Amino acid sequence: MIAIIDYGVGNLFSLKSSLREIGAEAVVTADEKVIAGCDRIILPGVGAFEDAARKLRESGMADVVKKEAAGGKPIMGICLGMQLMFDKGYEYGEHEGLGLIHGNVRPISDVIPEGYKIPHIGWNLLKFRKESPLFKYIEEGDYVYFVHSYYAADCDDAVLSVTEYGAELTAAAANGSVYGCQFHPEKSGKVGMKILKAFVEL
Amino acid sequence: MITKRIIPCLDVKDGRVVKGVNFENLGDVASPVDMARIYTDSGADELVFYDITASAEGRKLFTEILTETASNVFIPLTVGGGINSVADFDRVLKCGADKVSVNSGAIRNPGIITEAAKLYGDQCVVLSCDIKRVGGEFRVFARGGRDDTGMEAIEWIKRCVGMGAGEVVVNSIDTDGVKGGFDIEMLDAVCKAVSVPVIASGGAGCIDDFIELFRKVPTIDAGLAASIFHFGEVSIEDLKNRMAEEGIPVRR
Repeated sequence: MIAIIDYGVGNLFSLKSSLREIGAEAVVTADEKVIAGCDRIILPGVGAFEDAARKLRESGMADVVKKEAAGGKPIMGICLGMQLMFDKGYEYGEHEGLGLIHGNVRPISDVIPEGYKIPHIGWNLLKFRKESPLFKYIEEGDYVYFVHSYYAADCDDAVLSVTEYGAELTAAAANGSVYGCQFHPEKSGKVGMKILKAFVEL
Repeated sequence: MITKRIIPCLDVKDGRVVKGVNFENLGDVASPVDMARIYTDSGADELVFYDITASAEGRKLFTEILTETASNVFIPLTVGGGINSVADFDRVLKCGADKVSVNSGAIRNPGIITEAAKLYGDQCVVLSCDIKRVGGEFRVFARGGRDDTGMEAIEWIKRCVGMGAGEVVVNSIDTDGVKGGFDIEMLDAVCKAVSVPVIASGGAGCIDDFIELFRKVPTIDAGLAASIFHFGEVSIEDLKNRMAEEGIPVRR
C-alpha cells in the first residue's frame, strides 16, 4: 500500500488514478498511523513552495515524512513534492524544506540563457547521471512531462537524471530511499507509468 | 530539447464535445472521455477541456466528465471555462486538472491571476485570450468572443504575465473555424511580447498549417485545434511524423 500524503495541495487525483492504472494500491491520507502501515510514501505537490511547506508543517506531515525517511521507507516526491525534499526553497523568499536531500531549490532563470521561456513547460528528455532502480523500465532519451520554474540546485551528489533546457536541470534525485522527480510521472504517459511501476517495486 | 506540443481542445457542453465555427453553430461530436483516451493513445501531448456551459447543472456534468477523464488519461489536462475565483481553481484541480485557464474571469477581476499564482504556482495559471482585429489593433474579447473589452491585447497579455500567468493561449477570432491557417501575425506579436510559453489556437485546417506555424513562429510552444482532430481531418500521428520529417522537435 502506498500512502499519498494529503496536505491540502492539489494533484492527488491524477496520482491516485495513475497508481490504480499500474495496479498499485494507494490511499490518500494525512493519518500518521495509516502512513506507518504503508510500505511506500509519495509526496505530491502542485503550487508554491512557501504555501506547501507551511501546510506540510502545520498538518504535522513534515515530521511524519522525516520520521519515515529516517526509517528507510521508500519515499518519492513529485514536482513541488520533490522540491520540498531539499534543504531550502527560494521561491518568493527563502523557505525551509524537509532537508532529506541536500541542496536548494532555485529559480531556473538563474541558469538558463536569455530566450528560454519560463516556466519550463512540456515534454523533455531524460539524460541519466547515475544508475537507479527507478529507471529499470525506461531508456535514456525517453520523454517526460515537466512544469516548473524552479529546480533543485547544489545537489550534484544526489542527481539521478537531468534534462536539457539551455542548461542541465535536475530531473530526478535521490538520497538513500528518498527519491524526487521534478517531472510528473503521473502525467508522462507510458514512460511515467513505468517509472511509477519501478518505484512500487523498489 | 523541449518538444513542440500538439494539443486537441475539447469544448464541452452538457457532457458532450462541441466545436463552434466562429463560435456559432455548435455541433455535437462525441463523448469527451472516449475522445481523451483516443487522443492520448494517438500521441497528443496534452488535452484542453473548455467548459462552455453556464448553468449549474452543466457545470456539475462537466466536473463529472473531467473526473472520469482524469481517471483514465495520463497526460496533462488544462481546464478552462467558468473560472472566476480561486474556489473554481480548487474545484477543477481536485477533479484532476493540472493547469487552469482563465479568460473572462481575469478580465472581470485580474487579481485572480495573482491570487491563484501565489496558491498554485505560476505554472498552474494559464491566460486564455480571444483576440480580434478592431480598427488596426489587436483587441481582447470577453465572454467567448462576444464582447469587445476595448483593451489592446498585447498590453493585456503582458500585464497578466506580469501578475503571474505562466502560459498563454492565444485564440484568434479572425481565423477561428475558418481552417485557413493559424494567425501568424498575431502569434508572432504575442511571442515577441512575453517570455512564457504561448499556445496557438484558431485556424488550423491541415498539417501544413502546423508546419507553417512552427516554421514562421519558431518561439511558439504548441498548436491547439479541435474540429480537424475530432473529425479525423488531421491525425495526430501523421502530423507528428511530418513534424519530425521537417526537423521540428516532437515527441513520438
